[in-house]
Amino acid sequence: MREFLTQTWSWWFSGTMIAAIMLCLVYFGQSFGFSSNMRTICAAVGLGKKVPFFDFNWRSKSWNLVFLVGAIIGGFIAHQFLSAPGAAVQISPATVADLSKLGIRAPTSLQPDELFSWEALFSVKGFLILAISGLLIGFGTRYAAGCTSGHAISGLSNLQWPSLVAVVGFFVGGLIMTFLILPLIF
Amino acid sequence: MFRFQAFHMYGIIGTAVVLGAIGVALIKRYNIRDFHGNPIQFQPKEKGVVRYLAGGVIFGLGWALSGACPGPIVVNIGYGFFAMIIVFIFANAGTFLYGYFKDKLPH
Repeated sequence: MREFLTQTWSWWFSGTMIAAIMLCLVYFGQSFGFSSNMRTICAAVGLGKKVPFFDFNWRSKSWNLVFLVGAIIGGFIAHQFLSAPGAAVQISPATVADLSKLGIRAPTSLQPDELFSWEALFSVKGFLILAISGLLIGFGTRYAAGCTSGHAISGLSNLQWPSLVAVVGFFVGGLIMTFLILPLIF
Repeated sequence: MFRFQAFHMYGIIGTAVVLGAIGVALIKRYNIRDFHGNPIQFQPKEKGVVRYLAGGVIFGLGWALSGACPGPIVVNIGYGFFAMIIVFIFANAGTFLYGYFKDKLPH
């Protein structure tokens, strides 16, 4: 059991867990959608006074903030207790080769040091990459009214056409970044 | 995952959607009630194309640049990648920008 949990989870186990989480939230009268938390946070810090989009009863969405805190705790548990020592995330050898061409070495843990270490954070380029990616994610998810959880998982499971359009958009953006923009940045 | 060199992420999302779709279909078919005894209703997404496509593309750009969508951003923070805190703070700023410019954008 412990050995099963400490290695990288197989795709079918992870996928089953995600579906279980979505159905669990539905059973308790909520829905699985993560990015709406950022609207809730904007409302909670009082931005509703300036922008009507954030003027709503954010406390009714506080259950989702609890989910957010749970996700942070989950990440902590995965690292502290469920990671085999020295285990690195398994990525395909072809991806390792492509990344090395961009000057990024294979991660020794979950993320490559070139992008997520303190040195990267305190360089102008490193900071801009993190900040701009955050802006794009926050703006895009609200514009599309959902992210991977709200559209790709919840929406597609409910056979919603708008969610399929959004997921196609995710991929168009992802491919443009991966193949056209990333080679220009690195 | 956007290099299509590994099956892992597609296996995860595919499994989740197939099982999720079966679950949702069963809930609808048998009118299953939730924990509180209320009928489970799924909110259909609002119709439209522009917002989903444009918003989706913008999100996809950020997803591929940071390597994480919103949930995994905070999971990574818990995991110890504190640089993701910057991504999360700016994601909230991005959400604010959308709220600010919402009425000027095509939907």
